[in-house]
Amino acid sequence: MSGTATRSDFRQFEFMPGAPHDPLHGEPMLLNMGPQHPATHGVLRLRIVIDGEVILAVDPDVGYLHRGKEKMAESLGWQKFFPHTDRMDYLTPVMPNLAFALGLEKLAGVEVPERAQAIRVMFSELGRIASHLIYTGTTGIDLGAVTMFFYCFRERERIYDILDAWTGHRMNNTYVRLGGVAADVTPRILDMVDEFTREFPSKVDEYEQLLTRNVIWVERNRGVARISAEQAVAMGLTGPNLRASGVAYDVRRAQPYCGYETYDFEVPTSTDGDAYGRYLVRIAELRESCKIARQAMERLRGMRGDHLAHDTRYVLPRKDRVNDSMEELIHQFKVVTAMALPAGEVYQLIESSKGEFGFFLVSDGTPNPVRVHARSPSFVSIQAIPMLSEGRLLSDMVAVIGSLDFVMGECDR
Amino acid sequence: MRIPPEDIAAQTETLRGTLGGRFGETVAAGADMPVVEVPRERVIELLLDLRDGAPGHRHLSMLTAVDRMPADPRFEVVYALYSIEANRWLRVNTRCGEFDAVVPSVTGLWPGANWLERECFDMFGIRFDGHPDLRRILMPEDFPHHPLRKEFPREGIEPDRLYRDWAAQRAQPEPGR
Amino acid sequence: MGSLVEAPVPTQEGGQGFFTTKLQSLVNWGRKNSLWPMPLGLSCCAIEMMAMVGPRFDLARFGAEAMRFSPRQCDLMIVAGTLTWKMARAARTVYDQMPEPKWVIAMGVCSSSGGMYKNYAVVQGIDSILPVDIYVPGCPPRPDAVIDAIMKIQKKIEQDRSLSWPRR
Repeated sequence: MSGTATRSDFRQFEFMPGAPHDPLHGEPMLLNMGPQHPATHGVLRLRIVIDGEVILAVDPDVGYLHRGKEKMAESLGWQKFFPHTDRMDYLTPVMPNLAFALGLEKLAGVEVPERAQAIRVMFSELGRIASHLIYTGTTGIDLGAVTMFFYCFRERERIYDILDAWTGHRMNNTYVRLGGVAADVTPRILDMVDEFTREFPSKVDEYEQLLTRNVIWVERNRGVARISAEQAVAMGLTGPNLRASGVAYDVRRAQPYCGYETYDFEVPTSTDGDAYGRYLVRIAELRESCKIARQAMERLRGMRGDHLAHDTRYVLPRKDRVNDSMEELIHQFKVVTAMALPAGEVYQLIESSKGEFGFFLVSDGTPNPVRVHARSPSFVSIQAIPMLSEGRLLSDMVAVIGSLDFVMGECDR
Repeated sequence: MRIPPEDIAAQTETLRGTLGGRFGETVAAGADMPVVEVPRERVIELLLDLRDGAPGHRHLSMLTAVDRMPADPRFEVVYALYSIEANRWLRVNTRCGEFDAVVPSVTGLWPGANWLERECFDMFGIRFDGHPDLRRILMPEDFPHHPLRKEFPREGIEPDRLYRDWAAQRAQPEPGR
Repeated sequence: MGSLVEAPVPTQEGGQGFFTTKLQSLVNWGRKNSLWPMPLGLSCCAIEMMAMVGPRFDLARFGAEAMRFSPRQCDLMIVAGTLTWKMARAARTVYDQMPEPKWVIAMGVCSSSGGMYKNYAVVQGIDSILPVDIYVPGCPPRPDAVIDAIMKIQKKIEQDRSLSWPRR
């Protein structure tokens, strides 16, 4: 927001065919959308040059939520950075933690026990469901389907209940640790997941009944923001945005982590490449994630094991012992404040709900990281907005923004 | 993602074979993927070759920089490339010094590199030669520093100065009626 | 909850008679039961704010469901999330555009004090740039906590005496 819009900002568009003598085409107008706006899904500012209703040019302005996380990492140290990862993609519980923990484990060479891996998978997939519910709900309400917002938040509250039972917090849980997860799941939590995954597919049917063949939804999404496979790859898009254009690239399949190769699931793609295709892909992913979470839950019922690896150099002790035992207290102190990972560089990605999300970690053997860079799929998606919306109507802008499903916390870090 | 070490070693050997020192690069096996180090004058050629060669590394996943102070050259620009067809990853590193922090821009090869390079410029001050629109992206346009440089303090240098200047221009009363 | 019938306040400051207090009560009752929030949803707290309007916590019970995103129509600004210096100018502009009377809730620790971000980019508490009525701690606070804050604002409005003379 550096001052008001001036004529010089859009001087390049003053000379247009028909202007200024054409009574139907006036001067192009600079419309400022955001950073405070209901439909920009966070603090995104779009400087849009419009001629009537037609968008001529868009310049997205990000950084309104830049919280200096990469700089914080350099002074906080490895263990204390975990809460920051949560707040990057705050729509998805657990998954951002997971990406960071996997990177640290690769650098440290720590093996995670199987039970911890299954817990991670189960909650990651519940997190993916939660994130896609936000997409459906907020894009629905932005395009006029207000009911979707309430239905999706109803389901999201149930996921929050499960997370509340496991971690004590509804969102921004920070419950994945280097070496596993902070606490084990009890049979009651598994029952809650059981009940949720049993009922959820019928809820997805409900959403599909409301939206998929709804003529208004189809009209507002079909043909909007069409992107071909080559363009999508050239722009660096990943996740559902890429899979809707037909490229079946999913990190869970290409480079499986946490035992994803042992779960049975499909990777939905679409050939439409437009906003409607992305909607179909995300709805299908809701079903697939429900399947995976159910499989993980069933596995956990029968599995015995630890939820945290045993490696006193890197793994935090159990919190309930820390307050009682001197050794555990010292152990906790050393791991939190002075844990040094071996020197090296690692680029670790996971398949987050938004796309390829991960961290590039550079360590020089000291407790303070040299560099922690978060690879953000939302940053890349927003970059594609100009390409997708130029030439379209202003009302399509909301559909474009909704269909790309980005989150500003991750984009700006 | 978990690439077994034997695969990393095998891929490094293949890369050494295909690239063969044509770009003055050195290929090493990193902890998680092959890493290629190249001087900045040849980085565009190398990336073009990697993108269009066999297998084509068409996906530019990451473009960032690392401040390796006190090493000289100070800044290291890192590119992470992926081949979707062959499921192969690799990283490319190039270096530039503190006082001539200029690296050729790859926006001609990947339009998606536009914002990634703007972010490097904003955070580190590295200029990208040939970039169509090199301006700040995360910090305000008139922010005078490059935050991720090691000498920039975490709490910042007068972080509220731009706001105070703006508020003074508007001549608003102080907060708290 | 504040009733319409209120004992008349003795006229010590002059001019505060029976009818003025009745009118004041009526106005306060109206204002507090129809707060129109201006959600300045910045980051994670915005999601809990959305959940607060959602089916389980239902802010509509308190008359505050009309979340108008235009500041000109609102009276309660909920700053939900981390305010950065880049966004601060926009936040202050939005606050200035709200008509009187207006109240501000700093939701979450990031807006109350900068939260876990003590760095170059984050405003260390929105009270550097805006007057705040209620601070709600939490990262993010539960929607119940924010509803509690709104109820406290309602109590604060009940005690408003701005219609009396002399003006305070």
